[in-house]
Amino acid sequence: MTSPLKTPDTDPRGWLERRFPVMSFVRREYVAFPMPINLNALWSFGAFLIVTMAVMVASGLFLAINYTPDITQAFASVEAIDRQIPSGWFIRSLHMGGVTMLFGCLYIHIGRSLWYGSYKAPRELLWLTGLGLMLMLMVTAFAGYVLPWGQMSYWGATVILNAVHAIPLIGQPMSELLLGGDTLGNVALHRLFVLHFTMAFAILATIALHVAALHVVKSNNPSGIDPVSPTQTLPFHPYYTSRDGFALCLFLMVYAGLVFFLPDLLTLADNYVQANPLVTPRDIRPEWYFAPFYAILRAVPSRLGGLFLAAGSLAVLFVLPWLDRSTIRSATRRPMVRLSLPLAFASFILLGIAGMHAPSPAWLLVSRLAIGWWFIHFLLVMPLASEREMSS
Amino acid sequence: MTRLIRTLTLAASLTALPACASTPAQRGLMVYQQVCSACHGMEHVDYGDMSGLGLSPNEIRKWAADQQLPNGTDDNGDPKTRPATATDPILSPYPNEAVGRLANHGLLPPDLSRLALTLPGGAEEIRQILLSYAPTPPGVTLDEGRYYNTALKWKHIGMPPPLQDGMLTYPDGTRATSAQMAGDVSAFLDWVAHPHQAERRRIGFYVLAYLALMALLTFLLQRRIWKGRR
Repeated sequence: MTSPLKTPDTDPRGWLERRFPVMSFVRREYVAFPMPINLNALWSFGAFLIVTMAVMVASGLFLAINYTPDITQAFASVEAIDRQIPSGWFIRSLHMGGVTMLFGCLYIHIGRSLWYGSYKAPRELLWLTGLGLMLMLMVTAFAGYVLPWGQMSYWGATVILNAVHAIPLIGQPMSELLLGGDTLGNVALHRLFVLHFTMAFAILATIALHVAALHVVKSNNPSGIDPVSPTQTLPFHPYYTSRDGFALCLFLMVYAGLVFFLPDLLTLADNYVQANPLVTPRDIRPEWYFAPFYAILRAVPSRLGGLFLAAGSLAVLFVLPWLDRSTIRSATRRPMVRLSLPLAFASFILLGIAGMHAPSPAWLLVSRLAIGWWFIHFLLVMPLASEREMSS
Repeated sequence: MTRLIRTLTLAASLTALPACASTPAQRGLMVYQQVCSACHGMEHVDYGDMSGLGLSPNEIRKWAADQQLPNGTDDNGDPKTRPATATDPILSPYPNEAVGRLANHGLLPPDLSRLALTLPGGAEEIRQILLSYAPTPPGVTLDEGRYYNTALKWKHIGMPPPLQDGMLTYPDGTRATSAQMAGDVSAFLDWVAHPHQAERRRIGFYVLAYLALMALLTFLLQRRIWKGRR
């Protein structure tokens, strides 16, 4: 095929190509783009995340059209979306179910990166933009959960804003900026609505950065050894487009199951009671995706200490590429990591379960052991394992 | 399990029967109209939402028109009222919380919009409460305006026993026993608390069937594309 750059101006492809080479860009980055031949199903979760994010923005726009960010009307406007707005129940369920799908896929996506060492050189920036996306998603999910102005919205936000307030130096100004007054009220609800809306688009922009970084360093693969010859790669299209298409259908079936058959699984029934600052719910429980961090907050007797450890549990991920100096990526080839990392995954899951139960002594003990192992894995096992592997 | 069966029969009856047929939820609406609505409202539910239960527009308009809603003040500053329409919410009969408490020994009858969702036991708990009134046993003294009820943790409730056998006549001939009415009204409140559930499941079935077909096709496609590559 002749290059479109050499065709006469009468050919629209050549005309466009010389002015804005979008066609060759798509061809280079999404058709011929070399992908490792041996990717497994875990590499489809990035695609799931992008699709779910698109669904979230689209459904969110329709919800925003019918939502009133005012404490006297917010709850009723969400009820109207559920009851009277045509297909409102469906759009709202898509949005609520989407949060679960986003966090579920995100935790699996991060777990895969940890297992196969996708955070190591030269992919540090890919890893950092991804973790940044996780933090942005957490802020967005928190702000979004306040909007229906149910009991859990109100009391969950109170817990979080009190925690923010406890951060030394920046905590007080930050919580004041969010609250805009002495108590969680109308001003705060309006600010959280704007924050939720704005963050959604900031996330889209950061996804663009994340994907751009991916296209520079290319995908890691289960062996952890970058392909060296063209026989070890395949073009993205049609090989991975077809496979991601199949995986996406399975993913959407899980998503649809949640939306159409288990809508009550997604929310705590208490959030269908309008927020009442005078009545504290029997137990304030977070949504499942925040439960591990809530468990950490509760397991530490000091509020500042709990906050420090919860933030630290994420901070260790940010410095992981420099804690783990080994050049071996895949955990399957690293005997110590192969044992220790699944225990860290189990710790995270146990913390999640603990965070959704009342803080009995048994669950507090489980939480403390799990937190302990999380930090031992990242701060002790990873540096030690890489030291041993590098010297042998 | 019983809850699932009830929901399924409700879903089936909503799609299979003509509007004039009487389902548990439709009979429950009658109980709500003639008994519960004396004290309880459903402020997030509109009269028009009852079309989802099979009520005809005329039946809805007639019911709504019988209810008076506050409508600002007249030229002398006296409160005015107007008949409700299909797009108005089904409000509590009390104009505000204070009047509601005054009429009920200091307790406010709860709104029923989402009660069957927010009660830990769901619609079944409502049925149990309605059927668990008993004479106060000797030795137990209750405050004024409290009634002995074994379904509650503290064995008393502020709601007087609302149901009596034969207090209303069902047009479909079903005998209006207390047990029958309690079951019907809890089915109705379950429907109110889970709007569009029958439609949700019906559409969900088609969505899953479509996605399963797409999954099969994309599976065959990717297998054909990947043939000989692995």
